Amino acid sequence: MIKKALTKEHFVKYILTAFALSSLLFLFLIFIFILSEGIPLFHKVGLKNIIFGFKWAPTKGSFGIFPMIVSSFLVTFGALMVGAPLGLSCAIYLSEYSGKKLKLFLKPALELLAGIPSVVYGFLGVIYIVPLVRNFLGGPGFSLLATSIILGVMIFPTVISISFDALMSVPKTYREGSFAMGATKWQTIYKVIIPSARSGILASFILGMGRAIGETMAVIMVAGNALRIPTSILDPLRTLTSNIALELAYATGDHRLGLFSTGVVLLVIIMILNYIATFAIRRRVLK
Amino acid sequence: MDIKIRTEELRLSFGKREILKGVTVDVYKNKITGFMGPAGSGKSSLISIMNRMIDFEENATISGRVFIDGEDILDGEIDEVHLRRRVGMVFAVPIPLPRSIFDNIAYGPRLKNKNSGRELRSLVQESLKKAFLWDEVKDRLNSSALKLSGGQQQRLCLARTLALEPEIILLDEPCSGLDPISTAKIEEALNELKKEYTIVLVSNNTKQIARITDYAAFFYMGTLIEYGTTEKVFTNPSERKTEDYIQGKFG
Repeated sequence: MIKKALTKEHFVKYILTAFALSSLLFLFLIFIFILSEGIPLFHKVGLKNIIFGFKWAPTKGSFGIFPMIVSSFLVTFGALMVGAPLGLSCAIYLSEYSGKKLKLFLKPALELLAGIPSVVYGFLGVIYIVPLVRNFLGGPGFSLLATSIILGVMIFPTVISISFDALMSVPKTYREGSFAMGATKWQTIYKVIIPSARSGILASFILGMGRAIGETMAVIMVAGNALRIPTSILDPLRTLTSNIALELAYATGDHRLGLFSTGVVLLVIIMILNYIATFAIRRRVLK
Repeated sequence: MDIKIRTEELRLSFGKREILKGVTVDVYKNKITGFMGPAGSGKSSLISIMNRMIDFEENATISGRVFIDGEDILDGEIDEVHLRRRVGMVFAVPIPLPRSIFDNIAYGPRLKNKNSGRELRSLVQESLKKAFLWDEVKDRLNSSALKLSGGQQQRLCLARTLALEPEIILLDEPCSGLDPISTAKIEEALNELKKEYTIVLVSNNTKQIARITDYAAFFYMGTLIEYGTTEKVFTNPSERKTEDYIQGKFG
């Protein structure tokens, strides 16, 4: 009887292990696939010519993606400028000021915001943000500014939910101690609560950045996709992700490989961001 | 003798649960007054009303009055932040903020914009000395307060309360998690401090109340059963319940 039960237990364990490992396998396959397609071109054209090249003309042998790298970072930074202060403010409001009932209502609403497909954000951007930028500030409207606003709204839920968790995990006793020493609510928030939740808040920004840099659909729709480094926030621009999505359908030969090289660069950037975020979160747990 | 704090018919309930059922008690200036009673007697809640920390409890309803120097602190006009500087509090579980020893003590004064280096340093030093902690930490004021032992952390919490330059110090079972030596150090500090401050000590430990308080109050189920000089309460209690509690028959 004992033997049989154990066998069954083992069986379940192996099945689950196999499924768990399969997710690792997918990750591994994606890596192999992208690297094997993307690396050859680095050999052929040269790492420097791709990463620091200014000219993207893949049918004529120029694979410079430097403007796109810069653009990807610019929109990510812009998204952070929009989404981080808003998201953090909202998280602070939720954790410190709002009542229980409002919290119960607002948190699911924000999670819904995260679930809206990116094409919808892009659509709203094209319909409302782009004309607004064009009419009030000039330029084509499809711009760094419009993209930053849309991406800022998109990373909003990520920033809020992770910052919120970080703020809520600050022990109640810290708050009490601060209040008992004659601090006002706001003094307590910025002198005790935010510093204590610092690494979690940082992680929320970095994960938001990861979302912004990887976003494709909404960016294609509002960024204008011009192949140059923007000189003002009203200029159009093209990001790494947009480049792949826009051209993959018709690319062949070296052109196609060039898009994979773009993918390799993107993968590396995202890995670095993820690593930093994990590091920030782990530090918080250890503390 | 001057009355520092007076409560009149003070009632407190959380939702439908009555915690205090009309408590009238006087706390005298420059004395240590002990509040004792079994768990749930309302003694801790009573002191958390005295510096309005009770405001952070949801659905707490208070009626009655609490006077400090003749001023009703439950009045909506009273600035509770200012009140908490006058009426400092030390909690049962010592909770230093996650920063250095110095910064923990300086936290309160800095909020009041006392930033000038020398003045702040001497205030921190003086507060640590009064809390009998200075000698143990004077060489490592910049190391994290979280690295101190439990007893040291509690004295740190006492010191940071003293740095507010309060008039009253409320202590909510400050020694409940401490070893006898740490407890003795706290008691020693309190004995010195009563010269300058009015002290209210909430404790489950009747021996501690007997040792260091001047006045003792016994609470049971939200009611003040007996109140008088510690000597009278402990040697000749007028209520049977008090006697049973002191002798350890319940609690």
